[in-house]
Amino acid sequence: MQSLIKSGKVIQDRWTLLQDATGPEILQAVPEKNFIVPLNFWKLYNSEIEAHLGNITIWLDSHEFVDEIDTDLSDLPMIALNFPIFSDGRPYTTARELREVLNYRGEIRAIGDVLRDQLFYMAQCGFDSYLIRHDQDPEACIKAFDDFQATYQGNVLTPDPLFNRR
Amino acid sequence: MYKYDQYDHQMLSDRIKQFRDQTERYISGDLSEAEFLPLRLQNGLYIQRMAPMLRVAVPYGMLSSDQLRKLAFISNHYDKGYGHLTTRQNIQFNWPALEDLPDILEDLSKVEMHAIQTSGNCIRNTTTDQFAGVSPEELEDSRPYCEIIRQWSTFHPEFAYLPRKFKIAVCGTTEDQAATQVHDIGIYLKRNPEGEIGFQILAGGGLGRTPVIGREVFEFVSKPHLLTALEAILRVYNRLGRRDNKYKARIKILVKETGIDEFKNLVFKEWQKIKNGPSTLTEQEIDRCKSYFIAPSYEELADDPEELTSELDKNLLFKSWFDQNVKPHKKLGYSIVSICLKETGVAPGDITDVQLTCLADIAEEFSFGEVRVTHHQNIVLADVKQADLLTLWKKLDKESLSSPNLGLLTDMICCPGGDFCALANAKSLPIAESIQRQFAQEQFLKKVGELRVNISGCMNACGHHHVGNIGILGVDKKGEEFYQISLGGSSKLKASLGKIIGPAFSQNEIPEVIDKIVNVYLGARNEGEAFIDTYNRIGLQPFKEYVYAKPD
Repeated sequence: MQSLIKSGKVIQDRWTLLQDATGPEILQAVPEKNFIVPLNFWKLYNSEIEAHLGNITIWLDSHEFVDEIDTDLSDLPMIALNFPIFSDGRPYTTARELREVLNYRGEIRAIGDVLRDQLFYMAQCGFDSYLIRHDQDPEACIKAFDDFQATYQGNVLTPDPLFNRR
Repeated sequence: MYKYDQYDHQMLSDRIKQFRDQTERYISGDLSEAEFLPLRLQNGLYIQRMAPMLRVAVPYGMLSSDQLRKLAFISNHYDKGYGHLTTRQNIQFNWPALEDLPDILEDLSKVEMHAIQTSGNCIRNTTTDQFAGVSPEELEDSRPYCEIIRQWSTFHPEFAYLPRKFKIAVCGTTEDQAATQVHDIGIYLKRNPEGEIGFQILAGGGLGRTPVIGREVFEFVSKPHLLTALEAILRVYNRLGRRDNKYKARIKILVKETGIDEFKNLVFKEWQKIKNGPSTLTEQEIDRCKSYFIAPSYEELADDPEELTSELDKNLLFKSWFDQNVKPHKKLGYSIVSICLKETGVAPGDITDVQLTCLADIAEEFSFGEVRVTHHQNIVLADVKQADLLTLWKKLDKESLSSPNLGLLTDMICCPGGDFCALANAKSLPIAESIQRQFAQEQFLKKVGELRVNISGCMNACGHHHVGNIGILGVDKKGEEFYQISLGGSSKLKASLGKIIGPAFSQNEIPEVIDKIVNVYLGARNEGEAFIDTYNRIGLQPFKEYVYAKPD
C-alpha cells in the first residue's frame, strides 16, 4: 500500500492512477472515481473524459513536457509527474516550470520512484504531494522536509535567494 | 578568502546530519546499494579498486593554513599519510573507511570544508585560474564569481539529478590556466565595447571519450544576469540531455546533436522566462562576495630587491628554481611562487601529511596564510615578497618541494590510473615515472622549454591527455596495456585537441618515443618557439615519420 503525503501528513488518496496501457472502458466501469490519466489517454479519449462523472487529470512521464498539454492548465486540479526512477531529474525542471513560469497553482504530485532522500529537493521545486514508493516509511519521509533549515538558491518555497536576505 | 556565516555553517551541519543518517541506513541495509550510490557520490565518496576514495572540495583551489593542517590530520588519522591533488583543484584521499566518513566530514566542517558535489551527476566544484587576483594581466578577479556560482550550485534542488556530471570554470586572465574551454560551461570575464565587464559563456566543452572545445552560447552577459543565464543552460540540459546512454549524456553531446544555433535558441527562450527574476544578482551581493577577496595588506616595496638579485647572480640552483617557478605579481615587490609536486618517483599530485603541515606553516610565514591548488596538480603561494624568496626556497627544498620544473616536460598531469582506479584500462603512474627518469637532466628540460605532457589511464581522460601538447592514453589490447600518443593539444586560450600520431606503444617504448618527439621539435623549432607553436607550424607528419621510422 502506497502512502500519500501532503502538507506534512499522510492523507487519504482521492485519486486513482491509471497506468499507460489502460483503455477508456475503465471510466464507464467506475463512473464516479477520480482518475489521473497518462497524457496519451487524455489526448485520445476526449469524449469519454467529457462524459465521465468523476474528476480527471493528467500525469506526465519524465520525457513528456508541459507544453504537450493542450488544455488550460488552470482547469486541472492537479498534475502528477512521474519519476520512472528516482535518479531521473527531469520532473524537477517540469515542476519548477509549472510553478515559476506558468504560475500553476494546483497540486503537483510526485509519483513513481518517490523516495525519502529526494523529497526535500522536490518540495523546493514545487511538488506538494508525494505518492511514496510502497517500501518507504511515511513517518521518516515526513521528517525529510526538514533536512535543511536554509537554502542558497531562490526556489518555489522561498523565491528570494539567500543573498537577498543576508 | 571566503568566510562562512551562520547560514553556510547551518547548511553544512544539516548536510552532515543528513548524510550520517543515510550512511547508517545503508550500513543497516535499509537503503539499497543503488539508492545510496548518488547520495554518497554527492558527498564525495567513490568505491575504488582497493577502498573507498573521498574527494574533498577545494572551492576554486583556495586553501588556508588551518585547512591544510586539517587535511594533514585527516590524511594521517583516517588515511595512509598522504592525499592527492586532482585536475579540478580538489584533494582526494584513497584509503578512508566508509564508517569513518561522517566523522571525516564533521572534521572538515570545522574548517569550512566539505566533500559536497565533488562527484555524481550534479554541478561540481567551480574552478578557476590559480593566479586569480594576483596576475598582472587579469581583467578582474574571478573568485567572487566562483563563490557566487558555488553558492548557487550547492544543493541546487533542480540540478541534483542531471543526465551526467557538470563542470564549470571561470577565468579572468588572458593566460587561462583553468582549461576553461574544455568544461561543460566555461566562463570568461570580458569587457564589452561599452567598457562594461561581464561574461562570455561557452557550453559543451569536455574531455572524456568525445573531447570537444566549448562553443559560445552567450557573447556577453552583464553581471546581474550571470545566474539566470547559467540556470537557462542547465535547464535545457536537464530536460533534453540524453539519459539513455551514459556515454552520450554530457552536455557536449546535446550541443552537438542539437546544433549550436538551435541550442542557443533553446537557451535564450528559457532565459527570457527567468531573466530579471529573483535570481538576478544585485550589486550588493557582488560587492559582498568581492569583499572576501580584497588584496591582503601588502607592503609598499620595489621590484628586484638587492637580497634577490645578488643571490640570483651566485646561486645557480636557486636561480634555476626562480626562473621556472616564480612568476610576476601585479603588486611591486611581490611574486607568485608555484610549488611543483612532480618529484620523480612520487605520483604526480601526491602530497604527504608532513608536506601539508609544512605548507601550512610556510603559507603563514610567506603568503598571508593561503595557498592555491592548480589544475596541473601543483600548489601556488600567491603573495610572496621577493626579498623572502631565498629563505622560502631553502625551506621548500628541505621538504622536497623545490622541483624547478614548473611547466616543463616532467610537470605532467597524470591520473591515478590502474594502480588505484577501478575504471582504468592501464597504469599511468609508472609511465609518468619512466618519462621523468628519461628526462632527469634539468639543463635539457630547460632547453626544451614549455611542454605539457598529460597522461590518462583510460578514455575517461582524467589526466586531460587530449589537451596535452603530448597526450598519452592507456588502452587495453587483449589484456595487455598499450599507450596511444597524441600531439598538439592545448587547454589554453587557443585551446586545441591533440591528434593521434599512430599505432599504440608498449610501456617500455614510451620514454624513447617521447625522446624522439622532443628531438623532432628541437630540430625544427625557430628561435623562442614553444613545442605547441612548432607543432602547429609543421604539423603531425614529421613527428610521425621519425617516430615510426624503421632502421635501414
